[in-house]
Amino acid sequence: MRPFSFHRPATPDEAIALFEAIGEGARFVAGGTTLFDLMKLDIERPRHLIDVGAIRGLDGIDADGDTLRIGALATMAAVAAHPAVLRDFPVLSESLARAASPQLRNMASVGGNLLQRTRCPYFRNGVGGAYPCNKREPGSGCAAVEGLDRGQAVLGTSAACNAVSPGDWPVALVAMDALVELRGPLGQRLLPVEEFYRLPGDTPHEEFTLRPGEMIAAVVVPKVAAGRASTYHKIRDRESFSFALASAAVALDMEGGRVRRARIALGGVATKPWRAREAERLLAGMNLDVETALDAGRAAFADARPGRHNAFKPELGARVVADALLIAVERSRA
Amino acid sequence: MLPDDDAHDALGPEMRDRCLAITRRDTLKGGTAGALALALAGAPAPAAGEPSAAAHPMPVNGERLPIRTSVNGRPVAAEIDTRTSLLDFLRERLDLTGTKKGCDHGQCGACTVHLDGQRVVSCLTLAAKAEGRAVVTIEGVSDGDTLHPMQQAFIDHDALQCGYCTPGQIMAAIACVREGHTGSRDEIREYMSGNICRCGAYVGIVAAIEDAAARMERI
Ligand SMILES: Cc1cc2nc3c(=O)[nH]c(=O)nc-3n(C[C@H](O)[C@H](O)[C@H](O)COP(=O)(O)OP(=O)(O)OC[C@H]3O[C@@H](n4cnc5c(N)ncnc54)[C@H](O)[C@@H]3O)c2cc1C
Ligand code: FES
Ligand code: FES
Repeated sequence: MRPFSFHRPATPDEAIALFEAIGEGARFVAGGTTLFDLMKLDIERPRHLIDVGAIRGLDGIDADGDTLRIGALATMAAVAAHPAVLRDFPVLSESLARAASPQLRNMASVGGNLLQRTRCPYFRNGVGGAYPCNKREPGSGCAAVEGLDRGQAVLGTSAACNAVSPGDWPVALVAMDALVELRGPLGQRLLPVEEFYRLPGDTPHEEFTLRPGEMIAAVVVPKVAAGRASTYHKIRDRESFSFALASAAVALDMEGGRVRRARIALGGVATKPWRAREAERLLAGMNLDVETALDAGRAAFADARPGRHNAFKPELGARVVADALLIAVERSRA
Repeated sequence: MLPDDDAHDALGPEMRDRCLAITRRDTLKGGTAGALALALAGAPAPAAGEPSAAAHPMPVNGERLPIRTSVNGRPVAAEIDTRTSLLDFLRERLDLTGTKKGCDHGQCGACTVHLDGQRVVSCLTLAAKAEGRAVVTIEGVSDGDTLHPMQQAFIDHDALQCGYCTPGQIMAAIACVREGHTGSRDEIREYMSGNICRCGAYVGIVAAIEDAAARMERI
């Protein structure tokens, strides 16, 4: 691992000023479960770490207003177990509780979670020329396209990259129209979580719309009744402690037994947290049964473009969406 | 003079940093320039098996950082290379080799320790982040010669074969009980899924946790 200096600012302003003063090579670190991991693999090479984990007051969870406001430094474990999150947004709680392991959830922050990097094996294992990767070394090529692509994305891919966006929490946030509150040298801004992520296109190394020196301060979720009729359904190669093969975040706004509005987002199958708007439109005004649920699931994958080994993903994904819808409609009756 | 620990804890981060600066300067001035770490002044002399950061000075070729932490109830002050994981700090500097390195990437749980009472994987914890916090390792859970109920239960239920994953399993299991996640075997399995056992001793592990959970509640 390459050497780096370590800094412990006391306030967000101090952290941002420090980042600006240091300039190139500066990085924030929270739990370190993504960053330190990738530094060991020589994929991330920061020269200065600014520990935002030591800043007090960035881990609050405020459920009293019109929005649910979650400080960026709150741990995955704390948010998953918070009574208001459990009650008003099971989709958010489940997306965190079904991610990683208890140890990692105690360490990882919900802010750092938004910036986790892909688990594509060619990205993680190819340092030193073993495999090309456009995310690791821009312009070097992609070994996953036409390669061992069982785990790769089927939505939002490009000729330059088909790596899956790995997080569960961002998928749930996208379904709930959540916003991320950013603070930087130029001030504060609010950005929909959906716009926080870029499609790979020709520049797969540009993954986020975060500007240099900008810090994630909080995640803000509008409070809507549909939050209670929601779920995060995740299918993995093993029952627990695994990334999603296919997952769906679903929330339903029901009226007289019919869907007024459905929210559907997909994980494990796309290059960014994927909102399935076509499937949502299809469900509006419908009576939700097994058949309509499956129709919606299939609509969500209408544009899927599988590779050599992941042709199972669109059908698996469609059924995950259908199951999630049926779980959510059950909850809407409770 | 170094402040005592309670006073140290009560200090804000800024003052803490200043204390760290003093620690390092004093260390170097004290003629221990080679030994880049010391057991805290005023702390009782380390007994056998207890951490003494002075045991193994580490040749530092990267950026240095003084840290003050507590390991198994004893204060520890040391100067580290910033790249050091908590796992390597415990094993290589403090000779606490009970905590195991399986994958070094957060995937197996062999390196599980408690940080301020919560289970974490020490391989992905920067040692720098242990500053001002309390670390408990497998060496710190027994009461003298009396094993922790979870250690005893692992023996009683034959919850291991090679034993390599066992310290991490036990540290995770103690936390699992304290968190209240032992309501059913399925719940135990879910909340122990961060600990992989290559020997497949899972049946014994789940039985040991069920048993110890009941005993721990009685204490
Ligand atoms: C073995 C393993 C299994 C996992 N399984 C899953 C899973 O099933 N599902 C899932 O969703 N995730 C999973 N994860 C990923 C895990 O959830 C993330 O690593 C974690 O959430 C990252 O949070 P962190 O605080 O540790 O981030 P860090 O590693 O500290 O930081 C990650 C990135 O975010 C930046 N950053 C951190 N905080 C801020 C901030 N406040 N402002 C600006 N930038 C910031 C850092 O500079 C860095 O680039 C797994 C991880 C491991 C190691
Ligand atoms: S060594 Fe830390 S999780 Fe495997
Ligand atoms: S006992 Fe051998 S790995 Fe668990």
